[in-house]
Order: sequence, then C-alpha cells, then structure tokens
Amino acid sequence: MAKMNMLQAINNALDLAMAKDDRVLCFGEDVGFFGGVFRATSKLQEKYGKARCFNTPLTEQGIAGFANGMAAQGMKPVAEIQFADYIFPAFDQIVNETAKFRYRSGNEFNVGGLVFRSPYGGGIAGGHYHSQSPEAYFAHTPGLKVVVPRDPYQAKGLLLAAINDPDPVIFFEPKKLYRASVGEVPEEYYELPIGKAEVVKTGNDVTVLAWGAQMEIVQKAVDMAEAEGISCEIIDLRSILPWDADTVATSVMKTGRLVINHEAPLTGGFAGEIAATIQQRCFLHLESPIARVCGLDTPYPLALEKEYVADHLKTFEAIKASVKF
Amino acid sequence: MTNPNNATISTVHTAAFTSGHALQIPTLRILKDDGTLYEGADMPELDQATALKMYHTMTFIRVLDERMLAAQRQGRISFYMQCLGEEATTVGSAAALDDGDMIMAQYREQGALRYRGFSLEQFMNQLFSNEKDLGKGRQMPVHYGCAAINYMTISSPLGTQIPQAAGYAYAQKLRGLPNVTICYFGEGAASEGDFHAGLNMAAVHEAPVLFFCRNNGYAISTPANEQFKGDGIASRGVGYGMKTIRVDGADILAVYHATKMAREHALATNEPVLLEAIAYRLGAHSSSDDPTGYRSKEEEEQWRKNDPISRFRLWLLSKGWLDDEADKASLDALRQEILDALKVAEKVAKPGIEHLISDVYETPIPALQQQLDELKVHIRKYPEAYPITSGRLD
Repeated sequence: MAKMNMLQAINNALDLAMAKDDRVLCFGEDVGFFGGVFRATSKLQEKYGKARCFNTPLTEQGIAGFANGMAAQGMKPVAEIQFADYIFPAFDQIVNETAKFRYRSGNEFNVGGLVFRSPYGGGIAGGHYHSQSPEAYFAHTPGLKVVVPRDPYQAKGLLLAAINDPDPVIFFEPKKLYRASVGEVPEEYYELPIGKAEVVKTGNDVTVLAWGAQMEIVQKAVDMAEAEGISCEIIDLRSILPWDADTVATSVMKTGRLVINHEAPLTGGFAGEIAATIQQRCFLHLESPIARVCGLDTPYPLALEKEYVADHLKTFEAIKASVKF
Repeated sequence: MTNPNNATISTVHTAAFTSGHALQIPTLRILKDDGTLYEGADMPELDQATALKMYHTMTFIRVLDERMLAAQRQGRISFYMQCLGEEATTVGSAAALDDGDMIMAQYREQGALRYRGFSLEQFMNQLFSNEKDLGKGRQMPVHYGCAAINYMTISSPLGTQIPQAAGYAYAQKLRGLPNVTICYFGEGAASEGDFHAGLNMAAVHEAPVLFFCRNNGYAISTPANEQFKGDGIASRGVGYGMKTIRVDGADILAVYHATKMAREHALATNEPVLLEAIAYRLGAHSSSDDPTGYRSKEEEEQWRKNDPISRFRLWLLSKGWLDDEADKASLDALRQEILDALKVAEKVAKPGIEHLISDVYETPIPALQQQLDELKVHIRKYPEAYPITSGRLD
C-alpha cells in the first residue's frame, strides 16, 4: 500500500498497464513530454518512449479517430481528451464509430481495449467550459461503457479494468479530486469490476446514490442526516453504462426511499433513467417519490457556482424530505 | 535560432500575397482513350496475369452494378450504389497493394473489395442482409466488410475512416508490419473535419497511409466547384507536408503506377501520401438519387466516352493478352452467374433474433438480455406481426 492522490493512482495504473502490455499507448494534447496538463501521464514518455506516449495535434476528433483505427488494429490506446467539455468534436467518432464498430461489422472488427480518459466536473472555478459532466450523452449510446471513479483506489482499479475490457470505455475522472482525494492504494496490479455499483455504507431509512466527485458531497449530507437519526445507505454507482440496477433495486426494496445526486443538469440527466427503472422495479416498496438533486438546467456557472451545485445541504434537505414524505 | 513555428522563413520586404492557386498539381496520364500509350509515358511493370485480373475485376463490378441496380428497381433489394465510370480508380489502386495492406473505404469501392477476393456469394449475402452476411444483416446494402481479406467494414458517416486510417497505419508501423493502409474517400467527404484531422495526424505521427481521393465531380448533387475553392484535393496534401500525386482516374495504368509508387514511399519512410484520381461519377449517387435534376445529359455523354474499361480493353487486345470472342462469351456467362447467385441469396433466411443484441458488446450486458427476453414474450403473443423471427425464437 502507498498513499496516493487520484492523479498518482491514475499515473500508476497507466504505468502498470504499459509495462504489462506493449500494445497499451497513451496520447492526447500535451500528454507526451509534459505529461498532460494535469500530469496524469507524467514520466510515461520517458519510460516507454515517444512511440507509445505522445502529444497529438489539437484535434479531438482526430484523437478519437486515430484511437479507433489503432484499436481496430489490435492496440490498446488510452486517449486523453484534455477536458470533458472538449469531447464534443469527437462525438461523432465516439458515438457513430467507437460504439458501433463491433456491431456494424458483425464482429469482423472491434475496438475493445480503447479507453477515452477525460477530466470532468466542477468545483475548480472553471466556468461552463471546464466543468461539465457529459456522462448522460454517452449513456444513451449502446456499445459504450461509461465509468466514473470516486477516489484513488477506485480510479486505479477501474482504469486497469477499463484498459483490459473487451469493449470501449469512457473513463471520466473527477478533476476536483485529482489532488484533493488521497488514500491508500495497493502498488500492484488489480482491477475493480465495471458494471457493478458499490454499497459504501449500509443503512435502513433511505438510499442515497451518486458517483464520482459527488460521493464526498453525499457523504457529508448523510453525516448530517444520521446526526438527526436517519439511517442512510450510500451507493456509488461507479459505472453509468452498463449500470447496476440490481444493487440499487435491492437497496431501495429495503429502504423504500431513493435520493439520487449528480453534478450534471437535471433534465435528461442520468438520474432520470435510474428513477424510471427503480420505480418500475420497486413500485410497491416505495415510501416516497424518488428524489433527484442535480445541477440546474443552465450552463455551468462561474461566479454563482456555489448556488448552482448539488451540494451537501441540498442533498440533506432532499434526504429529510424523502423520509418525512 | 530555434524554429518554434515550424515554418520556413524566407524574408521579403514587399508585401504580396501568395495566391490560393499558386500551386497547380499535374495529372499523370499513361494510357490514351484509344488504348495506346502516351509517348514517353512511364509504363509500370505489369504482367499479363495481373493485368487480366484487373480487367476482369472491372468488368465483374460493372456487370454486378448493372444487375443489382436493376434488382433494386424491381424491389428485390432496398438500396444500391454503383461505381460506374470509376472502376479504374479502385481496381487500379487495389492491384498495387499487398494483400496484407488494410483497405478502409468510403462506400463506392466494390472494385477494391472484389480485387481482394470477396466472392459473388459474399456480395449477395450482404446486399440481401441475410443470415450469411458477414455483417449479420445490420447495415444497408453495399456496406461490406471482411476481416479475412483486410477490408474494413464500411461506415455511412462520411470521412470517419480518414483519421482511423492514420491510427490503423500507425499501429501497423509500431508492430513492424510490412504493410500500409489505403483510405478511400470522395472530394465531398474531404470537406469533413475528419479529413483535416486524419491527414494532419498521419503526417505528424508518420503513419504509412495512402489517402486516395476519388474526385468524381459530385457529392450527391453538389458539384465540386460548390464544394471547395482550391486546385482539387491534391493541393491540400502539400499543406499537410506530404507527398502528393494526381492521376487520371479513368487510366488504370496511371492509377496503378501512382499507387505502387505511393506504397513504396509510405513503406520506406512511414510518410503518408495523398493521391487524387480525377474521375466522373457516371451513375447516380445511389439508387435513391436522380441526376437529371442537377446535370445535363450532354455532360454525362461526354464523360461516358471516357470509359476506363474500354480503354484498358483496347490496350489488352493490342497486346494480344485478351481474346475478343472469349471475353464477350465470359461476360454473358458472368451475367447468368450473377443472376443465379442473386436468386440463391434472396431465399436465405434473415439473421435470427439473437443478433438483435449480439455484438453491441462482446457479451450482452444484463439489460440487453432482459430486453430480448421481453421481446420474445411479445413476439410469441403476436407471431403474425413478426414473421421473420416468430417461427424460430428458440
């Protein structure tokens, strides 16, 4: 075990993956010598050479297309999109190409092994072009897997699983936690399962569900609620696609209540999908309406970020309202 | 001084523009309309067997296109795309490649596919979306693909294969393979952002790709002069810092020669090459298009005379490599063979219901399996509404 922040854990995962399999490559804008603007790929070029860790021109669609071609040839590209806000020029390559490669060819070709890493989310005074959480766009695309880790241990294990997965994965990293989240991380290779949620705390009165950076926020809200005698179960969804409806449904059958928290705007956010499925599966067990605590339906603000975000206080209020319904 | 701008600084002291048309790319022509060679033209090395394979591939494709367009008109298949008038571009270039080279096509490159060895049955199975189709009946007709012969499955969105070809070729280079990737696209697709992304990526990362532009004058109805302003597509290659060559696309010897040369260069240096074939899309864009709405019969007739097959045929006859009578007889036999294969393929069953969810992921995720199970229950309730699958759900 070693103490690592999330960036160190990601860097360590990439290092292990590149050492283990010479088909693994890392590239993207400023990813090479500089090691990425957040330094997630630090020292990898030095260690594995310019052919396997390199800068690309400023072209997200080019990065995604290049990664698709490389993966189709049998490599395992880990392509970085510098900010999730800038993934949209690559949207066609990801949605129409990456996601459909295996299906449209009848399994003649596939891009399994391809991972898009991208820092997402707010809390860094980044305004609307350095703060977005675009997971729901990709969750609507069959063929993709979408994963969001909450801490360094999760980040390493899930990223290694993503690189080893037979299907392409979008790996959204909560950049707010890159240096802020520190924890014990095994130094050796390990994987955590994709498509499985984790019950991080058990409880009886209400299930509180989130992923990524929001996990810290719901933890804070739950601490407040428990101080008032409300027993909360906390679930980290971890994978947005495929998502683990069984774990969530089992929990809600027990608690009868569900509060979902995400950073992205409310309308069309992934909480809506979860709510629809859970009300269908747990209808007769529900004691109160499923609550969503999300960003407002606006672009991500700058000066009014505090007001906008789905913070612990809004979550605390939603938990109380759910229990008192 | 360092050169942080990666630009050549040759200083002048008088302000003057460099014209957007300062660069004019020449066009390679070897074979004349009458089947003779231009005097002094570089004749590529070409043996009789290869030349005949090129010729027979072109005639095969022409007959297939005629027959399948007719089948579409009869309502037997939903859609078709001919390559009439452009046969030499894809056949001539494919003939210059090694079988291990990857082909990433746009959609009108059946010539390259046939040259690689895609069988008549494979064509038919794809066109009829039946259960023997390698693509499992998932894509519209002409979206062929076959891993065994290194022909990447076609994707409808235009230009997406261009940056993919750069990545594919980069991987070939890293693995030390003695192979290149050829990437076909039209002059219309060259307006997509992926064109810029792909050529720039390939040039910067030194990927052995042959970017092959079929400039056939039209993107559906939009003529090339409403598509771009520079000198063809070839002039752009120079801007990306890559070797570039333009050829007469109806001249299969010129196409073959230029592609051979490009392949050798790409393999030796890992530099990509841009080739532009000047051609004419003599048929409609697709079976859903009608060119009479946007171009004249006179224009078409003028280009019809520029037939790539008759030109090459005359050359083969003059060399004594082709027998006129035997060739005509083999064409009649081919028409019959295609008709027979069509009749077989249209009777083959459609893919089973399990292929609704297979290959979305390597293994269906739980939600998909559940959706399929629910669908089967529904189909059992209304079997007459789903005749393709209701009789064979298990």
